[in-house]
Amino acid sequence: MQVQQRQMRQSPLLTSIVSVILGMLVGAVMMLVAGYNPIQAYIALFTSAFLMPYDIGETIRTITPLILTGLSVGLAFRTGLFNIGVEGQFIIGQLMSVIVALKLDLPPVVHVIVAVIAGAVGGALWAFLPGFLKATRGVHEVITTIMLNFIALYLANTLVRNWLSAGSDSTEKIPESASLRWDVLSSLFGNARIHLGLFLALAAAFVMYYLLWRTTWGFELRSVGFNPQASEYAGMSVKKNLVMSMMISGCFAGLGGATELLGTAEYLSIHGSHTGIGFDGIAVALLGANSPVGILLAASLFGILTYGGSVMQFEASVPYEVIRIVFAAIIFFVAANIVRWAGTKFRKKAVTKDA
Amino acid sequence: MNVVEMKGITKRFPGIVANDNIHLTVKEGEIHALLGENGAGKSTLMNILFGLYQPDEGEIRIKGEKVHVTGPSMAGKLGIGMVHQHFMLVDPFTVTENIILGSEPTIQGRIDREKAEREVQEISDRYGLRVDPRARIRDISVGMQQRVEILKTLYRGADILIFDEPTAVLSPQEIDELIEIMGNLVREGKTIIFITHKLKEIMRVCDSVTIIRRGKTIDTLQVKETDENRLASMMVGREVSFDVEKEQREPGETVLSIRDLRVADSRGADAVKGLDLEVRAGEIVGIAGVDGNGQTELLEAITGLRKTKSGRVRLNGKDITNLKPRSVTRSGVGHIPEDRHRRGLVLDFSIGENMVLQTYNLPPFAKGFRLQYSEIQEHAEKLVKEYDVRTPDIHTPARALSGGNQQKAVIAREVERDPDLLIAAQPTRGLDVGAIEFIHRRLIEQRDKGKAVLLMSLELDEVLKLSDRIAVIYEGKIAGWVDPSTAAEEEVGLLMAGGKSGAEVKS
Amino acid sequence: MGKQSWGILLLCALLVITAGCGTAGNQGGGNGEEGFSAGLVTDTGGLNDESFNQTAWEGMTRAKKELGADIKPLESKRDDDYIPNLTKFAREKRDIIWGIGFKFNKAIPDVAKQFPDQKFGIVDDSLGGNIPENVVAVTFKEEEGSFLMGVIAGSMTQSDKVGFIGGITSPLIKKFESGFRAGVKAVNPDAKVTVAYAESFTDVAKGRSLAANMYNGGTDIIFHAAGGVGKGLFDEVKTRKKGKYWAIGVDMDQSGLAPDHTLSSMVKRVDVAVFDIMKDIKENDQFPGGKEVQLGLKEGGVGLAENTDKHVPEKVMKKVEDYKQQIIDGKIEVPSTEKELKDFKG
Repeated sequence: MQVQQRQMRQSPLLTSIVSVILGMLVGAVMMLVAGYNPIQAYIALFTSAFLMPYDIGETIRTITPLILTGLSVGLAFRTGLFNIGVEGQFIIGQLMSVIVALKLDLPPVVHVIVAVIAGAVGGALWAFLPGFLKATRGVHEVITTIMLNFIALYLANTLVRNWLSAGSDSTEKIPESASLRWDVLSSLFGNARIHLGLFLALAAAFVMYYLLWRTTWGFELRSVGFNPQASEYAGMSVKKNLVMSMMISGCFAGLGGATELLGTAEYLSIHGSHTGIGFDGIAVALLGANSPVGILLAASLFGILTYGGSVMQFEASVPYEVIRIVFAAIIFFVAANIVRWAGTKFRKKAVTKDA
Repeated sequence: MNVVEMKGITKRFPGIVANDNIHLTVKEGEIHALLGENGAGKSTLMNILFGLYQPDEGEIRIKGEKVHVTGPSMAGKLGIGMVHQHFMLVDPFTVTENIILGSEPTIQGRIDREKAEREVQEISDRYGLRVDPRARIRDISVGMQQRVEILKTLYRGADILIFDEPTAVLSPQEIDELIEIMGNLVREGKTIIFITHKLKEIMRVCDSVTIIRRGKTIDTLQVKETDENRLASMMVGREVSFDVEKEQREPGETVLSIRDLRVADSRGADAVKGLDLEVRAGEIVGIAGVDGNGQTELLEAITGLRKTKSGRVRLNGKDITNLKPRSVTRSGVGHIPEDRHRRGLVLDFSIGENMVLQTYNLPPFAKGFRLQYSEIQEHAEKLVKEYDVRTPDIHTPARALSGGNQQKAVIAREVERDPDLLIAAQPTRGLDVGAIEFIHRRLIEQRDKGKAVLLMSLELDEVLKLSDRIAVIYEGKIAGWVDPSTAAEEEVGLLMAGGKSGAEVKS
Repeated sequence: MGKQSWGILLLCALLVITAGCGTAGNQGGGNGEEGFSAGLVTDTGGLNDESFNQTAWEGMTRAKKELGADIKPLESKRDDDYIPNLTKFAREKRDIIWGIGFKFNKAIPDVAKQFPDQKFGIVDDSLGGNIPENVVAVTFKEEEGSFLMGVIAGSMTQSDKVGFIGGITSPLIKKFESGFRAGVKAVNPDAKVTVAYAESFTDVAKGRSLAANMYNGGTDIIFHAAGGVGKGLFDEVKTRKKGKYWAIGVDMDQSGLAPDHTLSSMVKRVDVAVFDIMKDIKENDQFPGGKEVQLGLKEGGVGLAENTDKHVPEKVMKKVEDYKQQIIDGKIEVPSTEKELKDFKG
């Protein structure tokens, strides 16, 4: 038992797999209680996410933004920050890219590149603010980022209504020159809305890996994340790294928003509430243990669950809410494991030290 | 009569056996030392006796009766009291309020303060504790706070008192007072279990001693029939030498010079108040003092971790006052920080990464912005070997290493950078005798290589043994200089407590 | 660390649950006997929105009963779901696929283009006039129904203060507002109309606080066109004095939410529209593809809730009937935009 526990603590992969299984079991119990057949539902869920090329394409389309928001949260976590503002940075990413897409008249390719960059920069700047406030005033980033989420949401809504459209609830569709869709790719997947954002997301995962583990900046970011006092002692600027980390995190989130807008929706509409993609990023990062590969896997799982979940609703008539419960249960188990890991570790250390 | 009998006590924690079939027998009216290195299992054993842990195996008898100590309140009923290393007192409350906390005497729901104060005064007088029942905790000295803790256990009717490393926080004078009080307690019929790893104190006050090593009982001895060296070797499991071999050397140029330094502590109050200090090449200057007299702030100010209010810090003649930590480090200062977990290491980093904590962005460890892992690893392998850091490999996180090996890693990193000034703050705190030996040798080696070493330690023994000169710090100032080859411990102790010394050494 | 982790964990669970939970799903389904099948995709409001999604579904269930149609709903959780949901039905080759709500105005043309042999219907949007041949756009003259609500409110207010709560500012909701204000102006030029937008169709709490503010400010009758937000209006009015404070519902008869406080509801017969179009396809093989079907008072597409006379006195009812007739006869042109409202003379 003890040995088992230790192994689980040491392997985030095992923790994640066990959590996924447990989470799906919880979902199955819920379905049984509500009178649905969980086996049929899960089969529908997983097969239909891959049933036809169109479904595969749409599944990948669902996964893409989750990778980016997951990376955003994961990178911030790595540096000891809890970026709940991914949602807001995502929205700002959407907003900036739709502004560039609609208001600038640029040649193809250039247009989409500028729009993507605008989104990424917008996200980074939106995240700069909480980072700066934390570094200079010690304001906790959870508070500021939550508030900024709402500001971002209503800012986007206001601009859509009053500037980007004629009093309507959504903007016009973006011009072809700013679209991330690529006919060759779409036609491969039965005209699904799969888009080039996928490759940007994969590139971002690699960037996160390379940055954190292969560069001196990453060394600092991780060091500050683990132990700010030792980092200060070692001559690193905790404040600078904190702001940097928030900005890179925001950059990923903004990129997520930009690609989602330029690739999937192709217009921005007024939202009554948050999109949830940013919040799902927290779940993805937790399940993926904040590592780029883990985040890719976790985003894939959540993407399959999300897309397959709506098909499940279609095929097995199981309400979509069950899928959200599975989500929450998975996260619950991952986090509970993390808590136990931290708890036993610190307790054990205290014992061995003082015994 | 045996007051406490613990037989065959075994306690397992995930991954370790903290207590492995331990036997402890304490006779009525004796001072019984529990001796062992850090991590030997002393605290676990006492926490079992005090009811904080339940043993997996074994039985406990108190005054001959078999008992299950289910918790601290049960221990209290059995007459067991514990004086913790870290005091559990409410600062703004008075002594009396702290003592009656949780068992307040009341008249019709109101606290009967006068009665309580009378009782506290009575106990205080009886055991010679000299505590003012009306004083507030925040206004009294650490020594008196400890006496309040003792009073608290007595007030609750304890006759078996466990002292957990009580001398760690005290000045030599306060230690004398504590020893006197312990004598009084025993005379009045109390029994004391004294947890320590300081051999000298055992020789001074204890009647018998039980030695624990790696969770096992080694032996129980009468103190009269043994000596320090024998106890030490039983504690460590091999022969240890206490003497540090140190040749006389002529110090060279001044490396570190501090003039009229003022530094505020975290709350903004002055902690260092106009301090002057000089350290020359080829000497170890020891800073002796009771904890909280500005040592931490002084070292942080030198290393750039804390801003100074006024004054100058010079290194080899160059002004390094208020430079950033990185600039201080790169101008030739090595720093073994006071708290290796908080400052010295990033515990979740591998040993290899910790070895380049300051130099990761310099060649050969980095080319431009790219880390050069092969160089970093090579460097770490070399240091691990040279400094005998016992680790499975250099990819192991620092967290997984023992305290001694963690500290060796810090020292390896700091010494390897070949600084002109090496600052060592509490370099052996919490370490076992073997590691202490190793670290002491390394510090002297630096001195012999002509480096300036500034040693800050709360262990007076350590300062006396290693230093060429001792600066005694008191309330943020150097209260006096002492020559360790001639000075008596009492003399240093007097300075540490704010008294004047007759034998000041010219600096 | 330990404590903080728990906090983070709780926060995450909370965020994920709330992010995902809209309204609970409702199941439909059944077997077509004569091979007529229809699919309905809701917007993010969900099936039980007490609004057009729900009424549309009523039309579907009626089609099941009367036409033996095989019906199925799909609830969209995000705007991104519209296209895949429509596509799923299209792949099943359902005889008609409905997208309920103007939010489908970009998804429907996209999917319709990809499945040219498939029939689609959109409710509440005219697609800017460019309606593909395989799509029917159903819109309502909400301003006409709202005008009658304005007549009721303007006639019955004691304080000469009435209110309007809108969902998200959009041309559609402006139609409600303009019609309502015109109706009030027609019968009671002195009455003041307070207008507030929740900028949401789902935020019940927001609806309640807006309503509370208006009532506290002396307003005694509030009409809403705000989807789920409107539930907050009914929650609030219920707590107030009977016979003094009133609410007016929208889309369907909402008097069930506060029976003693509901004057009327501006009923939008999405069910009738949806059903009629399906019936036409099934029985007459006729489909008004490429056209906008506009339903006003005349066509019975909008109107009063049937039990309006419960709280509205006969005198006022007569006035309402009078205005209704004038509108049907074309004697009154009800304004549908802010600009038209300005030019409207009672």
